[in-house]
Amino acid sequence: MDVLKKVPVREQAPDIRNHNFEEVCLGYNKEEAMEEATRCLNCKNAQCVKGCPVSINIPAFIDEVKKGNIEEAYKIIGQSSALPAICGRVCPQESQCEGKCIRGIKGEAVSIGKLERFVADWARENDIKPEKADSTNGKKVAVIGSGPSGLTCAGDLAKLGYEVTIFEALHEAGGVLVYGIPEFRLPKDTVVKHEIENVKSLGVKIDTNVVIGKSVTIDQLMEEEGFDAVFIGSGAGLPRFMGIPGENANGVFSANEYLTRNNLMKAFKEDYDTPIAAGKKVAVVGGGNVAMDAARTALRLGAEVHIVYRRSEAELPARAEEVHHAKEEGIVFDLLTNPKEILVDENGWVKGMKCIKMELGEPDASGRRKPVEIEGSDFELELDTVIMALGTSPNPLISSTTKGLEVNKRACIVADEEFGRTSKEGVFAGGDAVTGAATVILAMGAGKAAAKGIHEYLSNK
Amino acid sequence: MYKILKAEKLAEKIYLMDVSAPRIAKHCQPGQFIIAKIDEKGERIPLTICDYDRENGTITIVFQIVGASTLRMSEMKAGEAFADFVGPLGQASEWIKEDIETLKNKKMLFVAGGVGTAPVYPQVKWLHEHGIDADVIIGSKTKDLLILEDMMKEVAGNLYVTTDDGSYERKGMVTEVIKDLVVNQGKKYDVCVAIGPMIMMKFVCLLTKELELPTIVSMNPIMVDGTGMCGACRLNVGGEIKFACVDGPEFDGHKVDFDQAMKRQQQYKTAEGRAMLAAQEGDTHHGGCGNCN
Repeated sequence: MDVLKKVPVREQAPDIRNHNFEEVCLGYNKEEAMEEATRCLNCKNAQCVKGCPVSINIPAFIDEVKKGNIEEAYKIIGQSSALPAICGRVCPQESQCEGKCIRGIKGEAVSIGKLERFVADWARENDIKPEKADSTNGKKVAVIGSGPSGLTCAGDLAKLGYEVTIFEALHEAGGVLVYGIPEFRLPKDTVVKHEIENVKSLGVKIDTNVVIGKSVTIDQLMEEEGFDAVFIGSGAGLPRFMGIPGENANGVFSANEYLTRNNLMKAFKEDYDTPIAAGKKVAVVGGGNVAMDAARTALRLGAEVHIVYRRSEAELPARAEEVHHAKEEGIVFDLLTNPKEILVDENGWVKGMKCIKMELGEPDASGRRKPVEIEGSDFELELDTVIMALGTSPNPLISSTTKGLEVNKRACIVADEEFGRTSKEGVFAGGDAVTGAATVILAMGAGKAAAKGIHEYLSNK
Repeated sequence: MYKILKAEKLAEKIYLMDVSAPRIAKHCQPGQFIIAKIDEKGERIPLTICDYDRENGTITIVFQIVGASTLRMSEMKAGEAFADFVGPLGQASEWIKEDIETLKNKKMLFVAGGVGTAPVYPQVKWLHEHGIDADVIIGSKTKDLLILEDMMKEVAGNLYVTTDDGSYERKGMVTEVIKDLVVNQGKKYDVCVAIGPMIMMKFVCLLTKELELPTIVSMNPIMVDGTGMCGACRLNVGGEIKFACVDGPEFDGHKVDFDQAMKRQQQYKTAEGRAMLAAQEGDTHHGGCGNCN
């Protein structure tokens, strides 16, 4: 074996997987995982751990994999992460743990994400459960939202003996893990449901169909229903649109709608009632993970798909693996291209999109070079569907109905990074509701921090 | 699970149900809606609340069969249950927040069209319970499709019923009744609330704009989550994008772009229609449209 290279991971071939919704990456088997584990140098001052938002003891778990003690490896990961099967699949490892791996200086980093995934999948297949608290301490905590931050916060608090109830607005638990990230990247029945069952097995109760701010407010939860503390992990919020002409035409969707119809409402399965306008020629506007997910979904539903992004490839915010997979599957990247107008036919349906070519100018506030229009470079793309994947703005449902909860000028909830404390006593927050749209693992990190904050707050009360 | 306590057919394709949903019944207000889902494979169906009983913890909904899921819903009986029932969603009617004495001095006219009579009812009832009698116009295609007339009679001030074909009471559109009341009879109204099919609300708004009568409408566009997440329900209101689920469902009718909203309403028509045909025809459904197997 070449120690400079990762043990290759098996994947579905691009021209097969672009017609199905099965998972793209097949993961390591035990032999492959043990072989990959031998590449870890077991650094004393491990940089990878510093790159992990939930500080998993990476060298320790890899060392157990190396020895073939997978159950032990699972326990080590479980000390830091409640959702390893998910993180192994959706974390941007290249900019976190693997980005700091010493192996990566000369050759390829250790495949930490794939090893984590293997350990979690092995535990599931062998029915290993996380360990439950011996007794409850009688204190009640409400967690709003059952996405990555909420599940993590709830899991950590339950392990400490708290009675935790998660309130979920939708009919199914999981938040972005079920409505946003597609099946082919994160299988729902095997992986997501199982991780949620694990959190439930710690004693966490999940109440679906409860919209906090509408069905009941935070003040009512604390004053009338006896909750001692609340964690808000309500997620990102309202989809943004560009504000260009034609954007309300039929055939223009937010990525949230397109993905929700397909993932949560299972439009891709024939026996579900949910309709979806699959589209024959689709443009997805944006360059993040959500854009890649929407594009690859449309492709699987049978469309020709273009990613339209105003900066260049180097600035694409999506995970490297997603961009690589999207290209392999046949998605066309129209980079340095910006939409100016959506062209609409006489029946109100999309018929095309007027775009302009861009070039990169001086760096802007984000530090990235600012795209500037090239005069006279207008052109038209013929399309029947446009999906806007431009990010989100915060949902006011909770902030507008909770007394004394401070929001910043972007309308995100203000919470400190260390413990997730908000301006309201006993109320903590984390994840996209605080930061704006970010990643699963950052939300989990925030959920973890808030669990510490809540424990400290309730222990001293 | 959310148990159905009563299921009743009100008219051809129009049904009423009382559903046990204590959390919603405790907090809901006139103007708000719920989302119901029959089972794992059903759609999320947004329905405006028709009535609520805070003590018994029930919500009354009225719906019309328009697609595969509402067809399946119409076949549900008392004793059965919805897998999901969530709410109350959207904003309560604006006037509920007004000072009650100010409100008492206002003359309100409600215009209900077809199944839109259901969401008008809790508003008129709320006013009645607060000592305010509002005038109500109910428009129906024909006598057989008229719903909730008796219930409405109990809570309304003057009730005017009109049918498109003249099979019951007055003959003609609701707009003709508004014109008759305001122009011919010289009645003065401070605000009009119109709820019904989009085409009706559009024509009511065109008329009330002329009459300089401020008008509130309740929009029922396509929705998925109903909490602001998907943006399917977006509308152009006075040149701004508004989400019916979190900003509405009630808006200033004179600012709503109805033509665009009606086009957006058609978005899944074909797909929904096909799903409905497939459900009705069962094993005998073979398509012919080129889209089914």
